[in-house]
Amino acid sequence: MKPKAGGKIDCDVLVIGAGPIGCTAARFAAKNGAENVLVIEKRQEIGSPVRCAEGVSLSWLEELEIDDLGDAIKWKVKGAKLYSPSGHKMTIGKELAGDEVGAVLERDVFDKEMAVLAAKEGVDFMLKTTAKDVIKENGEVVGVKAENMGEKFEIRAQLVIGADGFESQVGRWAGVYDTLKPSDIMTCFQYRLSNIDFDPEHTHFYLGSVAPGGYLWIFPKGEDKANVGLGLQLSRLDGNKTPKDYLDEFIEDHEEFDKGQAVDMVAGGVCVDHPPDSVITDGLMLVGDASRVVDPITGGGIANGMKQAKIAGEVAAEAVEEGKTDEEFLSRYEKRWRKRLEDKLWRNYLAKEKAMELDDEQFDMIVDALSDQDLDELSTEALLKAVADKHPELVESFKDML
Amino acid sequence: MSVEVDMDKCMHCGACVGTCPENVLFLNDLLLEVNKGCIDCELCVKVCPVGALKLRGD
Repeated sequence: MKPKAGGKIDCDVLVIGAGPIGCTAARFAAKNGAENVLVIEKRQEIGSPVRCAEGVSLSWLEELEIDDLGDAIKWKVKGAKLYSPSGHKMTIGKELAGDEVGAVLERDVFDKEMAVLAAKEGVDFMLKTTAKDVIKENGEVVGVKAENMGEKFEIRAQLVIGADGFESQVGRWAGVYDTLKPSDIMTCFQYRLSNIDFDPEHTHFYLGSVAPGGYLWIFPKGEDKANVGLGLQLSRLDGNKTPKDYLDEFIEDHEEFDKGQAVDMVAGGVCVDHPPDSVITDGLMLVGDASRVVDPITGGGIANGMKQAKIAGEVAAEAVEEGKTDEEFLSRYEKRWRKRLEDKLWRNYLAKEKAMELDDEQFDMIVDALSDQDLDELSTEALLKAVADKHPELVESFKDML
Repeated sequence: MSVEVDMDKCMHCGACVGTCPENVLFLNDLLLEVNKGCIDCELCVKVCPVGALKLRGD
């Protein structure tokens, strides 16, 4: 498929963004019968540059019909350790095995694997191709204005899927939702440090003023290397200090990390809002970070996005087959993904809102109270249940959801 | 006024793009475009993980 300046490309389903979510939506659209599925990606390389802390669970692989992630899994951990500001510590996941453990990905490899799976189903890709605006006719999204290597052209589609991430333009051009509140935006910075001394069998989370409104993470990528990063709530940033400044300070204070060398720097924004009222309009569905389904507690977007993308792909195939892409038809996408994900997203959003109010003393108190507990399950739910046990007042606003 | 980008610092991460309430920022691969309509709210200045944005004239 080669665009000509001023020309037009037609397809059935157009996916904007070749991250794992876009690729997965495209894969399931093709797998379920959509014939002409095209993914456009503005970067020249799928998966690069990485904008991710790379820690995931693997519990969703079967649901996503993925047999093997091969080289995309860089490291596995037995559990997680939480640290309070004054050094109280709790460990989660002593008895875990198999897919219940946490994994740390090579995101660039993972993203390409997801693209390969889509390509095997017959999905087409165009790299270095940027969407510059959506084309609307009679209120319906019918395609995008695009650019590839300096050539301007149009891509027309029966259905457009916006998988263009945190900075989604597609959702905003189409007027699907409003802008985010500063309290629902995390700003993040990370180094991949090599040659460090640490416990590589666990992921590590530091809570409190080390990362106001967020947390600092250490996700192992080997015996002596890890992603060391943090996310801060935008509305809690202190003066002119950047997330990079916060992280540099933490590293300087910790000799075991300060001796390391950074081989990679990663920056990014993460939305920790509750799910928006709508992620569709006539001719358009949004998916993944672009539809704001990142877990508000962990900031993780892969698992939720992948599950949602499968549903988006299935509905896209149904829409194309029936020739109906209006909002009313696409509401079956809304119904299905919300049934799968929404309760947990709301619960974790309310938990996040509560966690934002906590000061260092309260984090000390909570982690101390939990430090004698053996939490076997590596999940936010298990952690919240344990908190509810010791400090029911903290979960008052969402206790019915536990 | 508007904002200006220090492309020596910019890591092309898009944090500012998703934050801008007026949607005037656009990440075109390795170039961060600042389009018309900036309201000087400085949210992009604050959200930038590496401090690459500032108000023009600051």
